[in-house]
Amino acid sequence: MSPIVTVEHIGKSFKGLRALHDVSFTVDAGEVLGIIGPNGAGKTTLFNCMAGLFPPSTGTVHYEGQDVTGWSDARLARAGMVRTFQLMRPFGSMTVVENVAVAAAARGESEKEAEAEAWDIVQRIGLGQYATRTSKDLPTAGLKRLELARALALHPRVLLLDEVLAGLVPTERQPVIDLLLSIRDEGTTLLFVEHVMQAVMALSDRVIVLNQGEMLASGTPEEVTKNPEVIEAYLGDEVTDADSH
Amino acid sequence: MSETLVQTVPSPMRKRRFFDGNMIAVVVLVVLAFPLPLLLEQGQEAIAIRVLIFAMLGMSWNIMSGFGGMFSFGHAAYFGIGGYTSSILLVNLGISPWIGMVAGMGLAAGYGVIVGWLCFRYKLRGTYFALATFAFAEMLRIIVQSAEVLNASVGWNVPLIQGSSWWLMQFPAGSPNYFWLGLGLMAACLVVTIVFMRSKAGRFTIAIREDETAASSLGVPVLRYKLTAIALSGAIGAVAGVFYTQYYLFIDPELGFGAYRSIEAILIPVVGGIGTIWGPIVGSVLLAPLNDITAAILRNPPPFLEFLQGRTGLDVMLYAVLIILVILFLPKGVFGTIKEKVTKR
Repeated sequence: MSPIVTVEHIGKSFKGLRALHDVSFTVDAGEVLGIIGPNGAGKTTLFNCMAGLFPPSTGTVHYEGQDVTGWSDARLARAGMVRTFQLMRPFGSMTVVENVAVAAAARGESEKEAEAEAWDIVQRIGLGQYATRTSKDLPTAGLKRLELARALALHPRVLLLDEVLAGLVPTERQPVIDLLLSIRDEGTTLLFVEHVMQAVMALSDRVIVLNQGEMLASGTPEEVTKNPEVIEAYLGDEVTDADSH
Repeated sequence: MSETLVQTVPSPMRKRRFFDGNMIAVVVLVVLAFPLPLLLEQGQEAIAIRVLIFAMLGMSWNIMSGFGGMFSFGHAAYFGIGGYTSSILLVNLGISPWIGMVAGMGLAAGYGVIVGWLCFRYKLRGTYFALATFAFAEMLRIIVQSAEVLNASVGWNVPLIQGSSWWLMQFPAGSPNYFWLGLGLMAACLVVTIVFMRSKAGRFTIAIREDETAASSLGVPVLRYKLTAIALSGAIGAVAGVFYTQYYLFIDPELGFGAYRSIEAILIPVVGGIGTIWGPIVGSVLLAPLNDITAAILRNPPPFLEFLQGRTGLDVMLYAVLIILVILFLPKGVFGTIKEKVTKR
């Protein structure tokens, strides 16, 4: 199977501060790739470079065989590579359905079609009861779902999920994990940055570990969690914590 | 998909009709306002016409800054470009102000797009963006004031015709046609605003105001839609400028491009309700008569205000007091507050 995303030798420096250095990996279509690492490891920077929020200082990103390095985030999103944010960014004055309709309309649908599709997605993602409420009134779990709903309205082929479970209490996590699995089952490739090991273990086909801007390890969740370097750099007690969830 | 995630709630989707609540309100407004010039005295009609000019100016600012979140402190530029373009074309070439209006709208929109693009190119936001719009408007005022070819500080008198002409937008003093013309233009601007705001472009404009990064990450071409909002705002500002010039038959650099005009453009929606369709209308009804009321008070003050006799500047003071009151007690403006109360109920 040919990779849907290829990242080659990506690096990013901010005024001399090296946030990311020579990171390379590929993701196959339909795969679920977890990206983990301690705080400041460069995970979000990697997402930002891939999703076009800012261009990488070095290296290239290929999506569906095309060099998309330096494409804007909006162009990439319309092409099907969509990211969500760790800190939820709803359009506060709009209703939940309107929020989702923005993304559907950006994909090129007419206002009427966009709203109809937004309504379907909102129902599907479990926000039906909030559909006509303004998004600023949503609880955290609802806002997380809204981030996903908006991304889904773009019919993504690759979803970059930045800490989609952060801020959720353990009982709220499993439904979101189930939701992500259903999105995967429909053929969407998922890349996700996550601190919640329960999700990393449950979802990932493969995991890459970043540390201080560099790639430390790559492999199945089991391989990675047994890697002594990874344990030393990051995981520590969290593996056992995750088992207890 | 887990069954527990699916919740079926009746769809809130409404049939999209051209004549929604807002459009019906426009029709009602026009029907109610239509007989006004036949009922009002000449002085009162002049105030009613100023309400219409204020409404268009306020609507113009509201699109860019209220709905679009790009705070403009230089809206006089659009007003002035409109007024100057139509009067120059009329005086020098005898071209109808209707054509002058179209040309003025185009020029104002083009000016807005260029200034906006420059500002966004250099990543000016918030206060810096506002200051840049102010600086560009001042630059236009100074250029116009010093350019002989533009009649410098003398300004332009619209040549008087004897009689009445819709084509030349000129009627005898006191003619109800001025009010009807202004009402028609104002209603047209209002309809355009409503149609814009319920279009895809309007939805994107709000999304960009709420969170530009999120909008962009969802595929919205941010720059294109920011400039679209500015262009529309500029075009409506120009319509206000053209009608002003045709009604007062005069425009000069201060009246067209002066900072006072930019402040007026801000105050109208601030008082009425920023980012609402009807805010500028409510704001103009409240603010436009202020000048006349204060002038009347100063001319003939009641006994306890005798010390005001012959003084000037009371209108500006009243503006200030009104703004302080609105900011303190109605931060969403008059219409904005009412709308919020009704929606929450």
